[in-house]
Amino acid sequence: MLLSYLKIAWKVLMRRKFFTFISLFGVSFTLMILLVVMAMFDHLVGPGTPAKRVDRMLFVNVIRHQMVGGHGWMNMPASIHFVDDYVRKLKTPEKVGITTTSSNATAFTKSKLLALDLTYTDGNFWQIMDFDFVSGRAFTGEEVKSAQRVCVLNETTARNYFGTPDVVGRTIEIDLKRYRVAGVVRNVSAAHVYAYADVWVPYTLSPQFYKDNRLSGEFLVVLLAPSAQAVPAVREEYRQMVKRVEIPNPKEVQAIFSYADPVLASFTRAILNHQDQTVDDDNIDTFYFMVGGLALLFMLLPALNLVNLNVTRILERSGEIGVRKAFGAAGPDLVGQFLVENLVLALVGGLLGLGLAAGALALVNEAHPVAYAHFALSWRVFGWGMVLTLVFGLMSGVYPAWKMSRLNPVAALRGSGEQK
Amino acid sequence: MENLLATSPETRSQPAAGLGATPVLRLTNIEKVYQTKTIETVALNQVNLTINRGEFVSVMGPSGCGKSTLLSLMGLLDEPTSGTIEVDGRAVQSYSDRELAGLRNLKIGFVFQSYHLINDLSVVDNVEVPLLYRKSMGGRECRQRALAALDKVGLSARTGHFPSQLSGGQRQRVAIARALAGGPEIILADEPTGNLDSVMGEEIMDLLLGLNRQDGVTIVMVTHDEQQALKTQRVVRFFDGSQVG
Repeated sequence: MLLSYLKIAWKVLMRRKFFTFISLFGVSFTLMILLVVMAMFDHLVGPGTPAKRVDRMLFVNVIRHQMVGGHGWMNMPASIHFVDDYVRKLKTPEKVGITTTSSNATAFTKSKLLALDLTYTDGNFWQIMDFDFVSGRAFTGEEVKSAQRVCVLNETTARNYFGTPDVVGRTIEIDLKRYRVAGVVRNVSAAHVYAYADVWVPYTLSPQFYKDNRLSGEFLVVLLAPSAQAVPAVREEYRQMVKRVEIPNPKEVQAIFSYADPVLASFTRAILNHQDQTVDDDNIDTFYFMVGGLALLFMLLPALNLVNLNVTRILERSGEIGVRKAFGAAGPDLVGQFLVENLVLALVGGLLGLGLAAGALALVNEAHPVAYAHFALSWRVFGWGMVLTLVFGLMSGVYPAWKMSRLNPVAALRGSGEQK
Repeated sequence: MENLLATSPETRSQPAAGLGATPVLRLTNIEKVYQTKTIETVALNQVNLTINRGEFVSVMGPSGCGKSTLLSLMGLLDEPTSGTIEVDGRAVQSYSDRELAGLRNLKIGFVFQSYHLINDLSVVDNVEVPLLYRKSMGGRECRQRALAALDKVGLSARTGHFPSQLSGGQRQRVAIARALAGGPEIILADEPTGNLDSVMGEEIMDLLLGLNRQDGVTIVMVTHDEQQALKTQRVVRFFDGSQVG
């Protein structure tokens, strides 16, 4: 039966070429846009070098200080005191690493000025992130502790400064300070905010680094759970730990709030901030609800258009429906047939959409909107694309199929399209 | 190939001889009224009709007398306003849509005046349509039965053609093969020669007569053609929705 349905689906597609073109254009264009957005989203929060184990990672962006007397809020990254005396003492994480947001730095070659993004990290950071080393190695915890002037460069910086990536042991001068190159890594996309930089140096070399009892500083914390299943336990232990933190300036700060979140939640908590910041909600559900709703709305328009075209087409095929009913097709058989036809259309549209999305991403990559970012259609995105296609096929097929199955067989044979 | 159709375990057609008095279809006190907001049209009025196994019955009457409505009711495509329809002795008024579809599939074959072939399907795929809804039948058996039906109507050489490549007579043969493929108890033919010239009409009539006489297929045929009606065993006449003979 399926073969017969597929045959007729193909014939129907070929019979009305303009109708098919309109339908396919609607499906493929919609899917292309959704797939491009998904590829970018996947690039941002999905697993990838260097955050290959992102499913085991938790990120701490800020410590929220609730000021005394209704004087508002102060959101600041963590201090080394907070990291060393509280976060590193947690029992559930396998590793705790720190990094900073990148700051501007400059280096001069003989002929040009290099504007660089420089980040301060510790030794654990290199063990949590899986950087792809072209040569050399990361700096160690010992080197960080003893504030040795070492650095790791990305490939582009090494080439721009030295003319080659093979520069381990050589010296680079950045902001008038000299660093020995310990290693060179492949470029990291600027979309990977927790890992991106042109140059990484030990945090102990930061001019802003000093240790006192303040909680706010400049560090983003990355916690690595022993397994993906252990992530909730690490999250909870962190939450409990924050409640115990001693506030050094209670006359100014009434309370602090801080969360260790998975990568996506770390963004959603910051972006979809509650009015009441004491609410312990990472907004991930709100985010999925909003994104899902938008995607559904986006697909609804072409789906409705397709429904309209399909319902019109029913009248053209009422004779066939009448014959099938006369010879024993029940309503569900006809629903099945029409859904198969629609799914074939949606799948063809989906494949075209994938092709268009690949083309669009190639154009985006060519334009380099984000430094070192390479957006690609992964198998994951492909899988999601197929799911979207299926949803699209069902969305645009169910109502016309149901309407078709309700045609009165006698009227259908007369070609009037009258409903039961 | 002929055996494949004649020995269908689900719907074996019995030869006419000796079993002529077994009712296949019985309509009792059938009334069909079409109601619109302003007009009530009585299409059939107190019709009582029994079709016996192996019979070839013609239904005649002027246009609008209710012949096609009668055939739709016999074919379980429509419901009467009142009265009962029995198929093989079982009243069907309480049957669900799905049960009626199953009964049509097993027991009834249709031949329409305008053929109603699916233009997008080849001849053999068209003939296979009724068999697609037999859940128990595999693809190979469907194909064999469809080919056997086409052989029976003399179209073995046209299985891969499409309806648009056939003459009117050939199309009607395909339609008859489709009606035969499922091995039905009864074939309901609505003016099967109405769109054909006299020569092709005769060919189709001979084919139907052969199916009835040699294979014992029960046939009810609506026709305007008195000559063809006279070739059948019984003629039932209608006028203004009532049976008059």
